[in-house]
Amino acid sequence: MTTSRQTDVVARFSRRHRLHPLEALPWLLIVVSFFLFPDYLALGAQILATTLFGLSVDLVLGYAGIVTLGHAAFFGMGAYTAGYLAAHGVGAPVVGMIAAMAMAGAVGFLSGLIILRAQGLSILMLTLVVCVMLQEAANKATSITGGADGLQGMEVAPVLDLFRFDLYGKTAYWYAAIVLFLGWLVARTLVHSPFGRSLTGIRENVARMRAIGTPVFGRLLTIYTISAAMAGAAGALIAETTQLVALNAISVDLSGVILVMVIFGGVGRLYGAFVGVPLYMIAQDRFSEIDPTYWYFWIGLLLVIVVMFARGGVLGLMELLWQRLPRRRVR
Amino acid sequence: MDSALSAAISIAFHGTAFAMVLYLVSVGLSVTMGLMGFVNLAHGVFAVAGGYFMTTLIFGLGIPFYLAVPLAVLAVALLSVPLERFLYRPLYGASDLDQVLMTMGLVFMSVAVGKYFWGPTAQPFYPPTALSGQLEFGLRSFPAYRSFLIGSGAVLVTLLWLGLDRTRFGAQIRAAVDNRRMAQSVGINTSRLFTLAFALGSALAALGGSLGAEIMAISPSYALDHLVYFLIVVAVGGLGTIRGPFVAALLLGVSDTAFKYLLPEFGAFFIYALTMAVLLWRPRGLFGQA
Amino acid sequence: MHMTSRFILALLSASLAGIGVAAAQTEIKVGVISTMSGPDAQPGDQMNKGIDLYVKTHAKDLPPGVKVTLIYRDDTGANPDIAKRLATELVTREHVNFIAGVVWSPNASAIAPVATEAKVPFIDMNAAAAPIPRLSPYIIRDSFTLWQVAGPIGEWAAKQGWKKGYTAVTDYPPGYDAEGGFTQSFEKGGGKVIDKVRMAFPTEDFSPFIQRIKDSKPDVTFIFVPAGKKATAVMKAWNDLGLKQAGITLVTTQDVMLDEELPNMTAVGNGIVSSGTYSAAATRPANQVFLNAWNAAYGDKAIPDFLSVQGWDGMDAIYTVIKQTGGKFDGDQAMKILTNWKTDASPRGPISINPATRDIIENVYIRRGEMVNGKLQNVEFDTIPNVKDPWKEANPPK
Repeated sequence: MTTSRQTDVVARFSRRHRLHPLEALPWLLIVVSFFLFPDYLALGAQILATTLFGLSVDLVLGYAGIVTLGHAAFFGMGAYTAGYLAAHGVGAPVVGMIAAMAMAGAVGFLSGLIILRAQGLSILMLTLVVCVMLQEAANKATSITGGADGLQGMEVAPVLDLFRFDLYGKTAYWYAAIVLFLGWLVARTLVHSPFGRSLTGIRENVARMRAIGTPVFGRLLTIYTISAAMAGAAGALIAETTQLVALNAISVDLSGVILVMVIFGGVGRLYGAFVGVPLYMIAQDRFSEIDPTYWYFWIGLLLVIVVMFARGGVLGLMELLWQRLPRRRVR
Repeated sequence: MDSALSAAISIAFHGTAFAMVLYLVSVGLSVTMGLMGFVNLAHGVFAVAGGYFMTTLIFGLGIPFYLAVPLAVLAVALLSVPLERFLYRPLYGASDLDQVLMTMGLVFMSVAVGKYFWGPTAQPFYPPTALSGQLEFGLRSFPAYRSFLIGSGAVLVTLLWLGLDRTRFGAQIRAAVDNRRMAQSVGINTSRLFTLAFALGSALAALGGSLGAEIMAISPSYALDHLVYFLIVVAVGGLGTIRGPFVAALLLGVSDTAFKYLLPEFGAFFIYALTMAVLLWRPRGLFGQA
Repeated sequence: MHMTSRFILALLSASLAGIGVAAAQTEIKVGVISTMSGPDAQPGDQMNKGIDLYVKTHAKDLPPGVKVTLIYRDDTGANPDIAKRLATELVTREHVNFIAGVVWSPNASAIAPVATEAKVPFIDMNAAAAPIPRLSPYIIRDSFTLWQVAGPIGEWAAKQGWKKGYTAVTDYPPGYDAEGGFTQSFEKGGGKVIDKVRMAFPTEDFSPFIQRIKDSKPDVTFIFVPAGKKATAVMKAWNDLGLKQAGITLVTTQDVMLDEELPNMTAVGNGIVSSGTYSAAATRPANQVFLNAWNAAYGDKAIPDFLSVQGWDGMDAIYTVIKQTGGKFDGDQAMKILTNWKTDASPRGPISINPATRDIIENVYIRRGEMVNGKLQNVEFDTIPNVKDPWKEANPPK
């Protein structure tokens, strides 16, 4: 590839990624769903919070190329921070969320310092090990976390002192939607910035990036920390909207499931989490209602079918179908 | 003093037995992931399938242990062929993540299938009479079946080393993984080779799953429950090697048992700390090649 | 004219009757939150079987025009956030009259506020953490607490004259409760627990812990692990390391000497003494009735355990409410009946709800593993009647 072709690609890339009308679709769907599905708002809030979690995973997975099997460590740290504060008199959700992000980001920074020099299978295992160790610590520290029984006594105040968390989940839904929106703004800005492009470069060819003088480790650590803080925010969301935190929030199981959801949606396209998380969670909810004993089978089958038909998850599948449509313009 | 020595021997013994089961199952994963470069998170499915077939043959059809195990292994190896052909082969060139997705889908399906055919309870398993009870060695006695497991592990690692590191078959696989087109151009039928290698990896898993049913119970969630351990063994050992997982399994099995004995409150912690230490020191694993 | 008016009259009365029937058709919905998938599906499965069996065999007991619908939801394990959402959905979407089931204590704790806010009775059919009934005035529990069950075996062990005890439990809250219950009554009876160990939850190979016990040389060891494959693994390790020959006696609870795992244990379980609220080998007539229905529905190989009976008895409590109110009640009326519910017809023997605590009062049996007709069974040989939860007695609400 010659230099002029490279700048050409980059120029078209940045032109193409100004705000596209299709990007309003998720937000439209979120607003419409509130009115169409008033009985499903609790599930909706959980889906929104998990989407934020998925977005944080996509940032490191799809853009920086770090395969992580331990992101629930940050999600859980955020959840426990918000939960602990709420159980000890600091019930204001926004305060809890900021504290959660700070805590999760700090843990992300520290663990990133230790493990981000590794690659391949090693880094996967290291992220997993960090998560497992934090899970064990949470299990043991019963006085802080409540151990296996979960954190008790959370008293979450109304959001901004105005909006109480109700049984039907209305407040939870909007709170989660707004936080997700803010997270999306951050992610989108990052991804389309020079910083974001350098991450893609690192993912594609580390040696070349090093050769042109990019501080690779520094970039990776930065995105890892930001992603950890975002995951922490998602954890705080779940804690505050459900008013409980248990060990499953910091578990390897959750790390695995979120990874699967994001890959299922399609990595590295910013919207993988927006597609993969709701589809997976709704499928899981439906399957487990239809076939409570064997729904695992149907979910597994769904995953296999999606991969067999297209690489790159559901977004990849959609891209494949889009390309098959007749073109009016000659490219 | 004497009781400390006695305890040490007991720990070494039980740790090694546990390690052998881990090794028996994980070495197949080292083959598929290392030699073939495929992220096969569904490896445990072949192991538990071996266990299920074995217990069904023994308790459903009354077939003796010594016959049931080879039959179960053969059944799984045969089953792996169409799976490789239709599910794995299309993804050989795909990204790691797509391979993760497909194999996780298989794992989920296996949990439901296991429960559907065999119920949610763990399968019963008793060693055959000749291998049960205790073996007397003067003042000490050791459980016979666990001694059998240790022996089997040692035999297997030798056979594999001779069979793969030292033969043309092994060399061909390595060649095909390094550069498939080159290997094909010198006349190696890479498709058939990969099918054979995959069948070998699955057969090894089935062997580990069936022999190891004594320690790692055969239940529908087997593939999920033990995934982390299998991954740790191959990561610490080094992908694509035969000795690597053996040493890693020994290291992990014995230290896990030792830590649980000495510091039961923190037993679980140490294994993961140890894994972290090894991987930071040697990112490719103990025996992995750069 | 004559024919038409008779025809119209017939039509009118038929439709009135139809409307009358439709109006009288009351559907009582019971939302059952159970664990049906994942690594921990075994207890959920047993509980569901007990629930289903009761509904199937007691259809004739319902008042005319009343039917019971079970709505199952899967919490997939100890996931309190999922359990809470399922309970919320059952209450707001399906408008259930009762919430029932729940295997795991964290899940039950999470559901409590939902029951309170919606004023829907929650029949806890398993979750055994002692404080659970206190978390909401709409909870009754028909299962047990580990304090209730582990206490009697400690008392029995002390009575045998054993002085040095050792406890080994799985490192999670039910384990702590069991450890506490045994230690308290063992030491009250004159014994001393010389050491204790808490074993990490994922442990599958218990040899190092059993070795530690062997080295400490106690007279008696109390072991508690979750019901299922861990229990079998513990027994195997106990056997492999020759602790019986070393003169150490093992005592435990019904979770380890689990009725449906006994066929896997055979020789290993022979002679092991445990305490429990239900043994499938119990000879009382109510159990025979239960077993006949069970085997007819699920086959001869299927073995019920205490979870199955808890599901069965819990439904009995619900049916009592339905029968006493004719199917018309609200949450508070139901709770009034449930809080005072008792029965002598349970496969476990006489059970009742303690109105002061809304927790269960039941017999605890001491059983020994014995070979009966070539099969290992828990044979009851001693009864401690009407045991209340000692933890609540010792810890009155503040």
